[in-house]
Formats: sequence, structure tokens, C-alpha cells
Amino acid sequence: MQPTHSSRRILLPVRNWFIALTLFLALLLNLIPFGRLPGIPDWVALVLAFWCVHQPLKVGMAAAFVLGLAMDVADASVMGQHALAYVLLAFAAAGLSRRVLWFQLSQQALHVLLLFLGMQLVMMALRMLSGAEFPGVLWFLSSFTATLLWHPVTYLLLMPQFRPEDKDVHRPI
Amino acid sequence: MSVVGHAPPPFFRRGPAPLVRLAFFVALSLILLVADLRFHTLEWARLAVATVAWPLQRVTWLPIDAAGDVGTYLARQSTLLSENEELRRRQLGTANLLLRQQHLEQENKRLRALLDMRTRQPVEGRIAEILYAARDPFSRRVIIDKGLQHGISTGQAVVDDIGVIGQVVRVFPLTAEVLLLTDKDQAIPVEVQRNGLRAVLAGAGAGMMELRFLAANAEVQLGDILVTSGLDGVYLPGLPVAKVVKIDRDSAYSFARITCAPLAGVERHGLALVLGARTALPPQPDEAPSAADEPGRGKRIKKKARPS
Repeated sequence: MQPTHSSRRILLPVRNWFIALTLFLALLLNLIPFGRLPGIPDWVALVLAFWCVHQPLKVGMAAAFVLGLAMDVADASVMGQHALAYVLLAFAAAGLSRRVLWFQLSQQALHVLLLFLGMQLVMMALRMLSGAEFPGVLWFLSSFTATLLWHPVTYLLLMPQFRPEDKDVHRPI
Repeated sequence: MSVVGHAPPPFFRRGPAPLVRLAFFVALSLILLVADLRFHTLEWARLAVATVAWPLQRVTWLPIDAAGDVGTYLARQSTLLSENEELRRRQLGTANLLLRQQHLEQENKRLRALLDMRTRQPVEGRIAEILYAARDPFSRRVIIDKGLQHGISTGQAVVDDIGVIGQVVRVFPLTAEVLLLTDKDQAIPVEVQRNGLRAVLAGAGAGMMELRFLAANAEVQLGDILVTSGLDGVYLPGLPVAKVVKIDRDSAYSFARITCAPLAGVERHGLALVLGARTALPPQPDEAPSAADEPGRGKRIKKKARPS
């Protein structure tokens, strides 16, 4: 496994508990009550999209569904709203993972931006169909901040898998 | 090389195909959505998850609490002094009214007794702190720090020092959710304080409210104060709610568009008072039987058909 498919670095295998821990920490970050402050990224969506792109066989729609239900309760929103959006996000991210990983990080971020915006549009369509008010254009800012975070988050979450660069000329790999 | 009726064993077992899984989870989410939105059957599940997640939530508040603490610690003494002064002046200003309130209430009670009217329900309340605004951007709710353990129940009205804020809509063991007046789903029966005109005030989003279903020539003026009329049996009558800020009388429509701004600090945070539940209103009078049900004059009335 490499950080991107065009990279020459070979990564250590990922540990399952690390994936679980990062998803849990993202959930905790999402519980911080910022109220209606615009531009706070949806951490769970970010980390979930990351693992769905990098480990589509380990993190999938089931995890997305459970996390979505947790977010529905924490957000005091309608049950199933986040669950549906996250499941669609996980499906799209896993489907795009073979393609996305061929690009550089900045171009990957552009792919992911579309995923996040699509997720927010799904949530908005669901709620406005059920008669809620329009949350304002600034609400979509959180997708853009999440996109900006894709670069640092990639390094942060792949850090345990990097191994030291081998300087030994006799053993090139 | 498949034998008829037997697929070759797969090399890597991956479970059902992604599309099948997607369809399953999407269907499940949609069922949940409908069950929650339409039938409100999932409150028990919400209660269970919220109770389990309560300690976690408490942990995540620590950074916000700490920031607030640092802020108050660094508040300058002059700010505190001036605030203290201001509060003292306000207290003195209202002392006049407060001192006479007891007397007036007694007098009111006696007068009402004289008039043989029902005594007004005394106001009792419980002070709660507004913890934070719910993250859901589609509705306007706040979370307060009193819940089932403190005897809060759904439907109670929440007020602050100026007027009505909203209504408790969901109760958890240690917290409760208050739906603010400015939410689109929230409606409150009000009357114009100046002339007693009754109407329904509904949230309009964006921190404003709208006075609905009033005729274009209704007697409402800019700056009118709206108070609760108490007809719904939820809010006590006479609580200040909103102020008329804009009236748009277009004769093309049969109703006037009347925009109101909430009086209380609906979107601010601080302390709030959860008013006690009102005693039930007297039952609605029976509907007068319509003419179709009445037997016509001269018609024979079968004894069986008449309920005794």
C-alpha cells in the first residue's frame, strides 16, 4: 500500500484499532458545541471519507450508517438524516478510491470537495422536503474547510503507517 | 467452467455487492426518517443513545467551558464594576414595581374572588442555563441544563427576563431541548397588547417572526407589543413575545404581511426560566349539533335513534 498510487513509498499495513480510534475522535470533535458558527468542518465526514478512499475494504457503509445515527442524536436533527448522507458519501468515496488515489493531494481534495458538497445537498434536500428552513449559504462553507483539511489529515492519519526512509544503498527497498 | 446451477467459489469473499449494500442502508435510513418525521416513534431510541453519550458530550464541552472561564477571568474589573452599577440601578428602578406586586396580586385575587372568576394560576418556574445551540442548522433549538431529573416535561414554556423564548420539545435525563420561537415549526397564540386583537405568531426563520392570517386592514401598528393570549393552554397569558417591526399591506393579497422581532433574547444565551406546566384548561364546549342532525319539525322521532 502506498500513500498515493504514484508514490514510491511503501506503507505498513493499517491497524484496525487505529481506524476505530480516529473515527471515535472525529465523533468527539463533532460533539463540541459550536452552535451555528459557519465553517466548522464535519470531522466525521472528513475522516470517514478518508478511510473509505484509503481502506475501502475495511471501512464502508455499515460504519457510515452507525456514525450517522450517532450524529443524528448528537445534532438533535431528524433520525436518518446524517445516516443517509454518510452512507451515500461512503459509497461514492469507495467507488472513487481507485481513481482518486492516482492524483496528488491537492487534486484529491478537489474530488473530495464534490463528495462533501453532495452530502450537504442530500441533507438539505431531505430537510427542506420535510419543511425546514433554508440554513443559509454560509452553511456550505464547512465543506470547503473540510477540503482544505484534506492535506494535513492525510499526513496525520497515514503517519503510523510510514516507516523511516532506508538510507542503506545495498538494500534499496 | 461452471457446472449448471453451481457458481465457481469466489477467491475473495467480500459480502454483498456495493450497490446491494447501498440500497439496503439507504432504505433503512429512509424508513428511519419517515418513522421519526411522520410518526415520532423513535424518541425512546434517541433517549437511550443520548443517555449513553452524555458523559462524552460533557467531556467535549470542556474546551468551550475553559475558554469561557478564561474569558471571565480576564474580564477587567472596570467592566465588572460598571455592570454591577448598571444592575443595581435596574434593580432600584424595578423595586417600585416589585414591592407593589405582592400587594397588587393580593388585591387582584380578592377582586377576582368578588367577581367569582377562576383564580389565575400562580407562576412557578425553574431556572435553567442554556448550554448551547443545537448544531442542526435547519431548526432553531437550544439545549438547557435541566431535564427529567429536575421535573422538566415536554410542552413547558421557557422565558427569560424580557419575554418568551420557546417551548420544551424533548427531554433527556439531564438536559432538555427548547424549540425557539423563531423556528419555522413554532407557532404561538398572541394578542396585541394595545387593543387585544388575537392572532397566531409563527417563526419565519432568520431570527424573525410573522403574524399570520390577519386581514390586510387589521388594526396593527408599527411598534405594537404582542403578548401571549394563553388560549393554547401552554403559555400563561400576558407574557411579552414580540414587537411589530414591519407591516406590508398589499391589497392584492387578502392577508397583511406583518413581520415581528422577538423581544426576549431568543438567539442569545444565558439563563432562562422554565415555567411550570399549566393546569388543564376547562374542556372545550360540545359542538352545537348541526341542522342536518336535528330532526325536522313534524318528523317522527324514533326513540331508539335519540341518545338519551
